[in-house]
Amino acid sequence: MKMAARTKARHESLGLSLEDVVQMYRVMLQTRMIGERMMQLNRMGKAMFVGVADGHEAAEVGSAWCIRKGVDWCVPYYRDVGVALVLGQTAKDQFLGVFAKATDPNSGGRQIVNQFSDVKAKMLSGSVHIATQFPHAVGLALAAKIRKQDHIVVTYGGEGATSPGDFHEAMNFAAVHELPVVFVIENNQYAISTPVKLQMAVANVADRAAAYGMPGVIADGTDVLDVYEKTKQACDRARGGDGPTLVEVKCYRYRPHSSDDDDSRYRSKDELQAWLQKDPIDKAAAYLLQQAVAASRLEDMRQEIAADIEAAITAAENDPDPDPATLTRYVYGEDAE
Amino acid sequence: MQLKEAPSATREMFYAEALGDALRQELRRDERVVIFGEDIAAHGGAFQVTAGLLKEFGKDRVKNTPISENGIVGMAVGAALTGLRPVVELMYVDFMGLAMDQIVNQAAQNRFMFGGQARVPMVLRTQGGSGRGNAAQHSKSLEAWVAHVAGLKVVMPSTPADAKGLLAAAIRDDNPVIFIEHKLLYRTKGEVPTGEHVVPLGVADVKREGSDLTIVTWSREVLFSLDAAAKLADEGIAAEVIDVRTLVPLDRETILRSVRKTHRLLVVHEAVKRAGYGAEIASLVAEEAFDDLDAPPKRLAGLETPIPYAQHLEKSVVPQVDDIVHAAKGLVG
Ligand SMILES: Cc1ncc(C[n+]2csc(CCOP(=O)(O)OP(=O)(O)O)c2C)c(N)n1
Ligand SMILES: [Mg+2]
Repeated sequence: MKMAARTKARHESLGLSLEDVVQMYRVMLQTRMIGERMMQLNRMGKAMFVGVADGHEAAEVGSAWCIRKGVDWCVPYYRDVGVALVLGQTAKDQFLGVFAKATDPNSGGRQIVNQFSDVKAKMLSGSVHIATQFPHAVGLALAAKIRKQDHIVVTYGGEGATSPGDFHEAMNFAAVHELPVVFVIENNQYAISTPVKLQMAVANVADRAAAYGMPGVIADGTDVLDVYEKTKQACDRARGGDGPTLVEVKCYRYRPHSSDDDDSRYRSKDELQAWLQKDPIDKAAAYLLQQAVAASRLEDMRQEIAADIEAAITAAENDPDPDPATLTRYVYGEDAE
Repeated sequence: MQLKEAPSATREMFYAEALGDALRQELRRDERVVIFGEDIAAHGGAFQVTAGLLKEFGKDRVKNTPISENGIVGMAVGAALTGLRPVVELMYVDFMGLAMDQIVNQAAQNRFMFGGQARVPMVLRTQGGSGRGNAAQHSKSLEAWVAHVAGLKVVMPSTPADAKGLLAAAIRDDNPVIFIEHKLLYRTKGEVPTGEHVVPLGVADVKREGSDLTIVTWSREVLFSLDAAAKLADEGIAAEVIDVRTLVPLDRETILRSVRKTHRLLVVHEAVKRAGYGAEIASLVAEEAFDDLDAPPKRLAGLETPIPYAQHLEKSVVPQVDDIVHAAKGLVG
């Protein structure tokens, strides 16, 4: 009896191995678990301020997986813990930022948390002021074109970041000059308390792209493979010299905006519940199990991550605080060693 | 000195609450007053100043905006030109950078450029200052930027009562007013008149009397200066503490009168010292009261660095109570 030709699994048709998907899942889970501990540290009074990525894991990991490490530039925003981890930051790096230690790789304790900046990894972030990162990303892409370098730029923001002028000016410039940049917009339905319908009159962030003459696509932010697929196509366009793309990733933030926020003021438990049913991490786990990855492997992974995070927190707490004598270093001149 | 229209009842309020009280008072009093900004409606604002206003006044008068600092300020200018009295909120003073053309080239100058045909009676409420771990892009003190621009008024209250009274006056003023609150004052308490309360712009307040030196200051450094004055008193030094309350217009007379009495001037502010507003006050005194001085005017202000995140570094870049005590002693000794 002849076997029916086996239909390719989704990941295979995207050019990913099952092990790739396992590793994507690992970073998603790590992102979630780091967030949980950050929130706890904040409540214990050990972390001044934190913002976590819960609900954004597929959006961040699926898209960042398309970035060639050390080749492409990445300009993330403050929610992108998952992006930073994909690009090589560790759990300890995150807690060094939380505790503002001298060894914090982003800034040496100078900048607020979640401003992922590692120039060696070609990642930098100036996104505390919403949308200011987009013109930087376009500038990095422009430089690639002028200097004939082969990097592309992947930049990130929330849907709230598509209101300010910086976003529109950046989109316009990138499209006019066909620059190799991909705008990934994590649409989690709110800018702090402001729902999407009070932010824009269009139905989708992706619809904005047409106004600038670039493609706008929508990815399902609860499905890491869909995010990967859509972002990959956009990156391929950029690499092929076909210019920029706007990728809207629809997702939901499970936690308050930051440790300073109380989300009960502006959104309902029912709405949250509905999105929790589509948890990107559960979905990815279900996919792996369906692909015959052993449940015990996923469970072991969770324990390894938990142990790594505990070790990271302890190690980070024990690292030195920035030396006051170095305070004004880097205001002008002196480069980081 | 506070001008009280009639002795009115007071209640202890937080600074944030007192600001909300002023907004409520003015929204009730004048239907032309409207407020807009990011997260100010259902959410009540990042510091809860506008909590409850949506419910009482509805969404036409209390409007949530998309993230669009430049647009928000520009819209306020347009609305003000029609006779509305917009009060807009920028969550952090650092965001003025995003709206600077509308502030400096539009709001400040339209009345002048239209030959007086139209005015811009708007208030830009925002908050600045360090001490809350908000780091370099959310902690600056930028009053000098706006104090420099002809056509703008600049207000920086230090107490809950002043916050209420000055905000009311700012809303009633026919010029654009930049009203800068301090993030670490929102949770400070004080007695505030519960009835109508208006503190005129351009009148400084002598918050403590003394004869040995004059400390001129504003915003959170007023609290630090008062603490410093108490410590100095223990050592036999009587410091007079003047809270200018409004940088523009500046109550020059109160400052000069005090310096003519104490013969010594210390200006204290959180903003970076270089080209800070303290230089304006020091040179005012040098120009107008040089012969009354027993020592050169002195400025104590922020270090020339962005505000760092690490808490111990953050504290070290702006004047603390002991720094003021030290500077005062140096001046008197
Ligand atoms: C220019 C500017 N305006 C306002 C803020 C205050 N703020 C911080 S985060 C935020 C909401 C951003 O929402 P969105 O872009 O959708 O990202 P999300 O936090 O939802 O991931 C706002 C208004 C800011 N940081 N910068
Ligand atoms: Mg959002």
